[in-house]
Amino acid sequence: MLYREAGDFKTSYPEDSQTFPIAFDRWRYWAVLAIAFLVIPFVINDYWASSLMVPFLIYAIAAIGLNILTGYCGQVSLGTGGFMAVGAYACYKLMTAFPDVNIVFHVLLAGGITAAVGAAFGLPSLRIKGFYLAVATLAAQFFLVWLFNKVAWFYNYSASGQINAPERFIFGTAVTGPSAPAWAQYLVCLVFVTFCAVLARNLTRGSLGRSWMAIRDMDIAAEIIGVNPLKAKLTAFAVSSFFIGISGALFFAVYLGAVEAGDSFGITKSFLVLFMVILGGLGSIFGSFAGAAFLVILPVFLKIIGVDVLGWPTEMVAHLQLVIVGALIMFFLIKEPHGLAQLWRLAKEKLRLWPFPY
Amino acid sequence: MTTKKLMTASVVALMAATPVMADLVFPSLSYRTGPFAAGGIAFADGYADYFTLLNERDGGIGGVMASVPECETAYNAEKGVECYEATKAEGALVYQPLATSITYQLIPKVEVDGIPLHTMGYGRTSAKNGEVFRHTFNYPVNYWDGASAGVNHFLDLNDGSLEGRKITLLHFNGAYGKEPIPTLEALAEKHGFELTTIAIDYPGQEQKSQWLQIRRERPDYILFWGWGVMNQVAVQEAANIGYPMENFMGIWWSGSENDVLPAGAAADGYKALAFHEMGSDFPVFDDIQTYVVDAGKAAGAGDQIGSVLYNRGLYAAFLAAEAAADAQEATGEPEITAAMMRDAMESLEITAQDMEDAGIPGFGPVFSVTCQNHGGDGLASVAQWDATAQEWSLISDFFPSDGEVVNALIKADSEAFAAENDITPSCD
Repeated sequence: MLYREAGDFKTSYPEDSQTFPIAFDRWRYWAVLAIAFLVIPFVINDYWASSLMVPFLIYAIAAIGLNILTGYCGQVSLGTGGFMAVGAYACYKLMTAFPDVNIVFHVLLAGGITAAVGAAFGLPSLRIKGFYLAVATLAAQFFLVWLFNKVAWFYNYSASGQINAPERFIFGTAVTGPSAPAWAQYLVCLVFVTFCAVLARNLTRGSLGRSWMAIRDMDIAAEIIGVNPLKAKLTAFAVSSFFIGISGALFFAVYLGAVEAGDSFGITKSFLVLFMVILGGLGSIFGSFAGAAFLVILPVFLKIIGVDVLGWPTEMVAHLQLVIVGALIMFFLIKEPHGLAQLWRLAKEKLRLWPFPY
Repeated sequence: MTTKKLMTASVVALMAATPVMADLVFPSLSYRTGPFAAGGIAFADGYADYFTLLNERDGGIGGVMASVPECETAYNAEKGVECYEATKAEGALVYQPLATSITYQLIPKVEVDGIPLHTMGYGRTSAKNGEVFRHTFNYPVNYWDGASAGVNHFLDLNDGSLEGRKITLLHFNGAYGKEPIPTLEALAEKHGFELTTIAIDYPGQEQKSQWLQIRRERPDYILFWGWGVMNQVAVQEAANIGYPMENFMGIWWSGSENDVLPAGAAADGYKALAFHEMGSDFPVFDDIQTYVVDAGKAAGAGDQIGSVLYNRGLYAAFLAAEAAADAQEATGEPEITAAMMRDAMESLEITAQDMEDAGIPGFGPVFSVTCQNHGGDGLASVAQWDATAQEWSLISDFFPSDGEVVNALIKADSEAFAAENDITPSCD
């Protein structure tokens, strides 16, 4: 019907190896981008931006980052919250130290700093694997949060240990601080998400991504055929941390505006992003988006249904939320261990064969 | 057929559930779940019940009904922001987030949206300077007053000198717990005592190493800035190492029944600061029984009435209702806006007569608010736990903090904030 290759002839290699080889996929991709860039900014309001879209986009970046490390390179990490904190505090220090530089560069530089920190904490991955590596990254999580609480230089010696994002502008429009309009916050996050997703997609399709996947599937075999594990693992940590750092910087500067390390970047954040990746689908960029959407939007949706529509007591809805989200996570993991991305993949396969499945 | 039934049912439910649009909206950003729920539930119940009482007994405030839409934050900054955005369009008059981390998110936002924020005994202390923080209020007391009041109490016990004594601040490792450190440092210099700070990480169920350190250092006094489950753990640990309870004092957030009951008789003598009365021995509680509880309209499970934090929620609601009534009187309009509410809060004056009229004589300190001073007069009191009678009682009058030290610090911190954010301090 809609989704099929018939009649879509490729006459050159670049055409054949493009990101979306099927015409319908390409149109869908451009349609999503068009709606995201050209429609949503005009209709979005404060509530939709700060409760749904901005956190969704920011978590999507974090999930892409973790997916590169865990989904593509097979290195389990529980340090995501800590690395997001690095991004946030790096961004804060840069914003206050160089107030004249555009915030975009601060966010990118914060990603770069996080990449360096991530690569440093990735060094143990050369020696240890699996659960042991998870414990090593857990150490990173606790160490980094402790560091940002302990060393007053990171929060410019403020009395409370909170960091506050000063107002910063892009093309004359405030994107951080309280008077930033909803559409500007949304757009700046969207631009970063698009940049990160395109970058991640192309990296994972290139030789670097293939070396990550080789390490993931069987590291000894990969080493024998000439993949350098040092390079593959450390680049995975660095690239992954780069994305996570960007998401941490946006989380602090654009979304919340004020954070403290222990409250916003605790171990629960690491687990949340890990759940997004597992639920969305390991080793899939689309899965990162699906997982982030699932875990950001579902709780808010349940809350609106429970409290605003049905008028139930807030604490009951909050408890039900945990039950329902938990049950859904279990349901998906049992029914579809490869995540939402696999459901999507299966649907596409079915569509391609429809109406003559074999 | 079933779909249709479901649709009908949900539409009916929607219509039944939508509250009658009341005119005075006091959103309650509560937390009835999570590690701090034990404190959040009681406060939210007290806040809601007082407004229910006003609606049932007096027909609202100045003839206009009050509504208290609740939104669950779980003490989480992200959910707090979501709650704020979700409720602000309903015509919210004042926000009371009951969490220092959410307060920090909201301070810049309320400035832009023009909605007052009341952080009673928590939040950013330097918000007392109303010339910088136009929409944020923290009367009647703040953390720095609390720190100073605690030290003043220790001074009283030692005939006015703490020279060479050791005081330890045991605190939650976050914005809330770090707030008093600058004040205590200044006071340590002034009075010549030695200050050490020991942090407890969220959520604080495990404090063995902290109490080991206390055992080693043997401080003369401990000031404690904890909240939620870490309070009861700390009281229990103090009992375990045999620390003299009368030298262990919590801030007002570390002094409820929840915190001392688990330790049983060992908690006897534990002290906490307070800025309002304890217990249910006030005329207002008879009215709450008649109009709210007996009418089946009590918030939550209705089992918190008269507890310390219930009283605090009730006191917060009382202060908000007084300001709303003042605003109605000043403008002559029954349906006030957030801007009128702000102006009324800025000129709020709580007299002994006001409290008596509300059925809570002598419940809190007498104070007044001005533009320069959004924090009241900083009067606090000390409460002590009696494990046999199982009740908290105030053991002192409301006494002032060291204004000289506290106000200088407030001035410095608020001016730094103003400089960082390009605010010109002014009263108009």
